[in-house]
Amino acid sequence: MTATAADVGHGYTTTGLPHRKIAIWAFIGSECMLFASLISTYLIYKGRSIAGPFPHEAWTDPSTHHVYKAILNIPVTSCSTFVLLMSSLAMVLALAAVENRDVPKHTLGDRILGSSKLWLFTTALLGATFLSFQAYEFTSFVHEGLTIRTNLFGSSFFTLTGFHGAHVTAGVLWLLTMLGIDFKRGLGPKDALNVDIMALYWHFVDVVWIAIFTLIYLIK
Amino acid sequence: MATIAAPLVVPRTADEPYGVWSWLATTDHKRIGTLYLFTALTFMLIGGLEAEIMRTQLMRPNQHIVSAELYNQLFTMHGTTMIFLVIMPLSAAFFNLLIPLQIGARDVAFPRLNAFSYWVYLFGGIFITLPILFGAAPNGGWFGYAPLTTKTYSPGLNIDFWVIGLQILGISSLAAGFNFITTIINMRAPGMNLMRMPLFTWMSFVVQFLIILAFPVITIALVFLLFDRFFGTNFYEIARGADPLLWQHLFWIFGHPEVYILVLPAFGLVSEVMPTFARKPLFGYPVMVYSGILIGMLGFGVWAHHMFAVGMGPIADSFFAVTTMLIAIPTGVKIFNWIFTLWGGSIRFTTAAMFAIGMVAMFTIGGISGVMHSSPPADLQQTDTYFVVGHFHYVIFGGSLMGLFAGLYTYFPKFTGRLLDERLGKWHFWVNFFGSNLVFFPMHFSGLLGMPRRIWTYDGGQGWDTFNFLSTMGAYLLVPATLILVYNIWKSARSGKIAGNDPWGAGTLEWSIPSPPPPYNFAVIPRVTSRYPLWDVKPPLASAPVPNTPKHSEAPAPTAAELGIPMPYHTLKPLLTALALPIMFGGLMLMHLENKLPHYIFMYGGAAMLVGCLYWWLTTPLEPEHHHA
Amino acid sequence: MSDAHAESHEAHPTWSTYWKVALILTVITVIEVWCYYLKGFPETAYFVPTLLILSAVKFVIVVLFYMHLKYDAKLYRALFTGPFLVAMATIIVLMFLFGKFAIHLSLLT
Repeated sequence: MTATAADVGHGYTTTGLPHRKIAIWAFIGSECMLFASLISTYLIYKGRSIAGPFPHEAWTDPSTHHVYKAILNIPVTSCSTFVLLMSSLAMVLALAAVENRDVPKHTLGDRILGSSKLWLFTTALLGATFLSFQAYEFTSFVHEGLTIRTNLFGSSFFTLTGFHGAHVTAGVLWLLTMLGIDFKRGLGPKDALNVDIMALYWHFVDVVWIAIFTLIYLIK
Repeated sequence: MATIAAPLVVPRTADEPYGVWSWLATTDHKRIGTLYLFTALTFMLIGGLEAEIMRTQLMRPNQHIVSAELYNQLFTMHGTTMIFLVIMPLSAAFFNLLIPLQIGARDVAFPRLNAFSYWVYLFGGIFITLPILFGAAPNGGWFGYAPLTTKTYSPGLNIDFWVIGLQILGISSLAAGFNFITTIINMRAPGMNLMRMPLFTWMSFVVQFLIILAFPVITIALVFLLFDRFFGTNFYEIARGADPLLWQHLFWIFGHPEVYILVLPAFGLVSEVMPTFARKPLFGYPVMVYSGILIGMLGFGVWAHHMFAVGMGPIADSFFAVTTMLIAIPTGVKIFNWIFTLWGGSIRFTTAAMFAIGMVAMFTIGGISGVMHSSPPADLQQTDTYFVVGHFHYVIFGGSLMGLFAGLYTYFPKFTGRLLDERLGKWHFWVNFFGSNLVFFPMHFSGLLGMPRRIWTYDGGQGWDTFNFLSTMGAYLLVPATLILVYNIWKSARSGKIAGNDPWGAGTLEWSIPSPPPPYNFAVIPRVTSRYPLWDVKPPLASAPVPNTPKHSEAPAPTAAELGIPMPYHTLKPLLTALALPIMFGGLMLMHLENKLPHYIFMYGGAAMLVGCLYWWLTTPLEPEHHHA
Repeated sequence: MSDAHAESHEAHPTWSTYWKVALILTVITVIEVWCYYLKGFPETAYFVPTLLILSAVKFVIVVLFYMHLKYDAKLYRALFTGPFLVAMATIIVLMFLFGKFAIHLSLLT
């Protein structure tokens, strides 16, 4: 046998880093490929729908002569984008609050910043607000004549944004669970890793939306 | 401590759990690896049977032993089974059995996730295999090209089973990918830096990255097909403007890395087997590592060589031709390194060694036909003919499978405590070697003479008859070869020669612990100072007998409790969570029925079961809280 | 890989960093939407690159500061960057293969 030293402790790791954090970054890398496939398909099919409605231009159906306006609503989506971006701010504050729970807080501002329950709740609320915007958007598109089956644009758009929305939903459920645990037994520095993992997931979902907002909504 | 007169027994630790429940609730990587191994071997028999039926049908021209429709199901299931249910899980068996032992760890990073991966594989494999009993097996080829597999052209349930089955199986592989990446990065023993890692673990490391990057792409391709078939979307609807090449590109972006996923673990195993039986270290270890990494990376840049006949244009064709030729270089380098490992060594021709050497020979042949495909003009003749079938069977059967067999013969003693019978092994090797060459070599000829793939019968007199007959004879030889293997395993597990810690005199950490290993693997995590730690202490002797079996029994290993090592709880949660997946997806399929109630119950019930089991799992600790003395 | 050492990252970003990042994200989003509505600008050749660069900046600052990749162990950077580059390359090659860049490169037949 090789020269042995005293046994390593039970929580030994080669890098000194936690398993879960390595795993979540690998997971995020994998999700890059997932969304890359969805985004590529959207971009491939851009401009190739045989019939409308279309994202950025109006279209008249030759058979019914119904006029469909450009489907995407940039002002509304800009708001929802802003909401999601702010949710990332709330998320980093939640993590900081959990990490710094035991640090004494002297001012009201510090106490507000240090309330993990407040910021977890705010993140979840902003996330849910984003989802409400999405729900509103989807239902209004359907009313205006665009469903997932209508054309290539409808299929690729709803699938891409739907997958993103599903990821946001999972994130909101995760946040509410964390919030529940915070109410039940409190979250402190020993929970920082788990909150960090959740935060990384949440920010990634935000970052994917940055890409979607630009590539799908803003670029014609 | 032992008496010379007492009979040899396989050592077992006192607290080793047993019984059905201990297998269902296991989180031990060695048990999970064993489950993968036997499940994969079972699917191998099923996939093999499918092949035997096909070869019987093709033995002579114009036969009607099976119908055209059944033939379609046979070749689809043969391909799907062998790739997803046999080769990948056999590799997974070795990932599980070997990686923690090779890096000096007690288990993988996420033991319950590991068990989950296995159960998802089992349930997904059953889900995709059962339909053949009802004549409803997938029938669109293992690569399921859309628009052929859309509802318009494949109206039955066959493709639904395929899409959903593959989605389920993909989850298994992805979960394992994250697990092993974390394990290999973070659980190596002190002193084992990356360039001291055994080569099998290195190749497996590359493979896990291939898995986590390639599987999301096929997941999306399958999602598109699933949505088209179930929800009426337009991803593959040509009439709505869809591109007939979308599926092909997405599939092959996955599909090409997939073939490296299939072969790199076998390469890794051969890189362990060769040094062991040549009694000298692997030639050019760093080059072997870098070439493996390069193959993995380049593997993402060659996919459209599967599409040279679709009309991508000269620039695309040239780009992919060049990258494909380039990837032959690191692959060829490995061949040379294996040969130089043997050169000057004191070779012991055990069954394992013979499979390893056979692998190198057959993979070389497969590689030569492969590089012939890299030229688009040449490929225009070869593609979609039996020439390609010959190529990939040489690399998968002659390459992956033989490499895995080499690993099986080498490592069976480590995990069961008993050696596989060498005489039976040699018979297995030779009948297998002769049989497989007889099946697949003639295919190069019938292919170049124009015999297309995936045809259920053919007219005689086109020059293909003799070659088909020879291939079928070879296929029939593979039956006794496989039966010999099965018998060998069955017999040796009961009454094989006791192996002891290190029957082969090998150099890496897994051989330093008892066979079979105690549940905690290492009583003391070793400190590693070289690539072949055991050879530092005891150099490989040219004249040492192989196998080197013990003369007397070892005392049973101490229990984990005695050593103060906390072990993870046994738990059914991974199995139950895995079970939710086919229930949920199966519920989706019930959408076709008149009565929607079963559809809602199974789909939403399955989803609820999934979320509920996940919550239960994630809120339960892995192992007892322990207090250091 | 080096032997085990306690996980240490450089000083965490503070509230000051966080709100500044949030402000930059907001400002860039406003600029992006403003570009969209600027008369005639979306039709120019500069529109797409401008938007791509602006989004890339947003992407990078969220990853570096909110996901604190800047402050954490280099391993995480490698685990993210590798797959991210593969994903980018895949999108770009697919764009070429489906003729999406054909307009800009008149070399392509």
